[in-house]
This record gives sequence, structure tokens and C-alpha cells, in this order.
Amino acid sequence: MNPVLKLLVEGGSLTTAQMAQILGLSTEEVDRQLEQLRKEKIFLGWRPVLDLSNESAAAAAVRAVIEVKITPERGGGFNRLAERISRFDEVESAYLMSGGYDLLVFVRGSSLQKVAAFVSEKLSTIEGVLSTSTHFMLRCYKEQGFLLDTGESQASRLTVTP
Amino acid sequence: MSENSRRWIANHIATLPKSGIRDFFELVAKMKGQDVISLGVGEPDFVTPWHVREAAIFALERGKTYYTSNLGTIELRRAISKYVGEHFSVGYRPEDQILVTVGVSEALDLAFRAFCNPGDKVMFHQPCYVSYHPSITLVHGVGIAVPTYAKDNFALTAEALRAAWQPGAKILMLNLPCNPTGGTCSREQLQKIADFCREKDLLVLSDEIYSELTFEGEHTSIASFPGMAERTIFLHGFSKAFAMTGWRIGYACGPAVLIDAMMKVHQYAMMCASIIAQEGALEALTHGWENVLRMREQYHRRRDLIVRRFNELGLACHLPRGSFYAFPNVRSTGMSEKDFAVGLLNNEKVAVVPGTAFGENGTGHVRACFATSYEQIGVACDRIGRYLASASRKAS
Repeated sequence: MNPVLKLLVEGGSLTTAQMAQILGLSTEEVDRQLEQLRKEKIFLGWRPVLDLSNESAAAAAVRAVIEVKITPERGGGFNRLAERISRFDEVESAYLMSGGYDLLVFVRGSSLQKVAAFVSEKLSTIEGVLSTSTHFMLRCYKEQGFLLDTGESQASRLTVTP
Repeated sequence: MSENSRRWIANHIATLPKSGIRDFFELVAKMKGQDVISLGVGEPDFVTPWHVREAAIFALERGKTYYTSNLGTIELRRAISKYVGEHFSVGYRPEDQILVTVGVSEALDLAFRAFCNPGDKVMFHQPCYVSYHPSITLVHGVGIAVPTYAKDNFALTAEALRAAWQPGAKILMLNLPCNPTGGTCSREQLQKIADFCREKDLLVLSDEIYSELTFEGEHTSIASFPGMAERTIFLHGFSKAFAMTGWRIGYACGPAVLIDAMMKVHQYAMMCASIIAQEGALEALTHGWENVLRMREQYHRRRDLIVRRFNELGLACHLPRGSFYAFPNVRSTGMSEKDFAVGLLNNEKVAVVPGTAFGENGTGHVRACFATSYEQIGVACDRIGRYLASASRKAS
């Protein structure tokens, strides 16, 4: 794997200057490689990982997972419809799934009503959508590799040991 | 009353000095609550990987709360045998050549008690881990310190060993990679040491606890040289590579007769290592290698940063090939290692350990552990830079 990409995947909060230090490259070279990865559409962009149970981070904290059954189309399979659904701003991620339904759609909104309205007015009314099953997320325990409030503490670690 | 009670303390304990690290610990402890960055620890900053912790919890749930065989569970010994065979190229029989202990510290104590008669001479390279010399004293042995030097990257050389050797020397204690210097030996250097041990008929106690944290090249165990396994007790454990310091679990491998002698002491003094720790250790050996590599990569990165920064700051620092310790020379500051460490702690709140805590050959150096986050190391080095600048202003 490209070493710059490897550092990105680790998910630490490294600046490009720190990445350059670690890899023994210049900052410009790291920036250039990042730009290249962007051009190749491998690296799509930055998003912060937030604890949405914290009020100051909770501007759009109502999240739901929706199982969607759709009708595949001759020639295009599920793709056209999946792409159409993915274009809505409310949709954060969308995946074609094996098993009991076709698409798994992660949506986010500022209130329960807004998410509900999206499902009932937009998503389920699209032609080809056979059914939806919406699950609201109640509490987050781990977000993209970050554990939330585990109560684990290193406070008892001694400061000087042999 | 307390003064009067001293008369019951055995002479060799009364005269045994406390670890130099203890004084420094007390000093740092007084600064609790302040923003101290500690480079003074001797353990990983990673918590034990969850799968290991979970395996121990599961063991408790299944009611695994009893004693085990004195040697340790056969499952763990089999896993150790496989691991040591694959990683160190030495074969040990799980049935009678492996003893599971309460950390390498216990294994070391057992070895000294089993092999050292009062007055026997034990050679050890220095600077070294704080307990080696006192452990020899505890069994009424005589320690012979063999110096290692910054110019050799703190590798032990056969020449230094020969120069320090005295008639009656029986045991050679090795710790490679070394705490506190990070020194290791090349294969060629080890070969010469092995030859010397055979020539002088020395029993080798080889503490290889940092072996997985070797950053350049392959770690080589002295036990893997022809004719050495029969005169070597290989000591290892889970504390460093698997981030399991608080579990207190390690092991000794060696010829059956010698392991049996150590086991005699162990069965009377300790009975067995904790079964919970043994279950965790088994899981670590079975499924933990990926985490070891992940942590090693982080240490490697941090080592490169801290060593580069120390050298940029004018604190000459060799590149430690293993362990998670840098051992820079602070003589250029004009301060003793102790004054440097105390001043740095008081003025800039960075804790490092004076090198003399690891023996007189650590004079002029401090130990800085890089088992702390990359960002923290950066901040600590900034603070050290500030400290050096203000110290030189005061001096001029």
C-alpha cells in the first residue's frame, strides 16, 4: 500500500508535516502524493469523527439505517436506482447487500421528523422501491474505530518505572 | 519503635540500596496534577489488546480460578515452545524444558537462587536493568559489571567481557536489546560472546524481553548458536511486545535439569503463575502477532523522531536498534545526569530517568522512554529544547 495512504488509513490525527517526518519525505512531497491519490479517486476527502452524543457536536445527530428492497432493472441491475438514492444529501452511505434486502442506506438528519419525512416522502416513493425498513440509531459505542466513553483510564499508570 | 525494629532485618537486605529509580519516582509523584510528560516509564503506553483481555474474562466466566501445574498449563507451554521455535530458532520441549513464571523478574530470581552459590561470580553488562545487580546480591553472589559504551551503540563486546572476567566467574547475564540503552549485538558479536562463554564454561541467563521490538535486522538469540542451548536459560515474557506488564507473566526455557532446579524454587516460593494471566498469555501467543507488529511500527516511528530531535538539540544519542528507550548523552549541557533530569522536571515538566539509576556506567546519560504518543514526544522535545536554551542562558 502507498505509505501515505497507509498513514491515512491508520486514522491518527497526523498533520502532513508529521507524515512527512515519519516517512522521511518533504511536506511538499506528501501534499503531492495526497493530491495524486485524490486525482485517482482513491482518497476522497477528510471527515471528522465526532461523538454525536455530545450536544455541541449533535447538529445533525439523528441517524437511521434503512433496509431497502428494490426492483433490479434489465441491463443495469441495482445500480441506477442505488445511485439515484445515494444522491440525496440525507444519505451518508449506501451499500448493495447480499441477503434479505438489497440496499443498506445510512441517513442523517437534524430531527426525527426530518429523517422520517425523507423515508416516507422521498425514498419510499421512488419507483422501483418495493419496501423500506427503518432503524433509528439510539446510542453509539464505537465510531469508525474510536471507542466512546469506555471508562478506561491510564490515570493509574505510574509515571516512572524501571 | 521503628528504629528498634531494624535489628530484625537481614544484614544483606539492610545494606542493599533502594533502586535509584525510586527516588526519582517520589519526585515525579509530588508533581501529580501538573502537566508532566513522562518519558520515565518502562512499559508500553498501549493497553493490552482487547482480544487478550476478553480471553481472560472468558476464562474467569468459565470458572478458571484454580492452581495450575507448577510449570504452567501444558497448553501455554506448547504455545511457548512453538513460538520460541519459530521466532528464535531454538527447540524446547513443553513437558520439561519450559517453566511459566510471574514475569521475567521471577524467572531471573529463580535462576539466581537455583544456580548461584554464595560467593559465585555473575557477570552482567552495565548500564542495565535496575534489578540485576541487587538480585545477585540477594543470593550472596558477587556481581561483575562489564561496561558497554555509547561508541559501540551500547553493544556488549567479547573484548570488554574478557577484560572484566575474573577466575570463578560462573554466570553471564545478558539483556539484549537492553533496558536502558537499547543496545543489541550483531550476530558476529554474539558469536564471539558465545565462544567466550564456552571457553570459560559460563552459564548464560539471557533476558530477551525486548526481542520483538528490534527495529533493524533480525533479533538473534544466543541460545540459537551451536552448543549454546545446553548452557543458556532463555528468559522471555509478555510484558513488552504484547503490552501485558501488569499481568506479570513470563517464562524460562532451558535444559531440563536446569529448568527442574528452577522449578524446585518456584514450587515452594510461588506455586504457579496466575491462571488468568496464563490464559491471557495463551491468547496473545495464538492470535496476537498482528498487534505486536502494529505496536512495533509505532515504536519505530517514535524512535526515529526522538533520536533525531535529541541529536538536533545537541544531546548526542545513538540509534537504539531495539527496545523503547533512547539513552542520550547530556554531558554537553555541563550538568550531571541527575541535575539535568531534576531541572528538566522542575522547569519544563518532562520526566526522564538519570542514567546512573542503571549503574555507574550510565553516568552522563538519561533514559527517555518513547512508549508515549508521537505528538507527546514532539511536545516533550520542544520543552527539552526550551530547557536547554534557558540553561545555557543562565550559564553564560
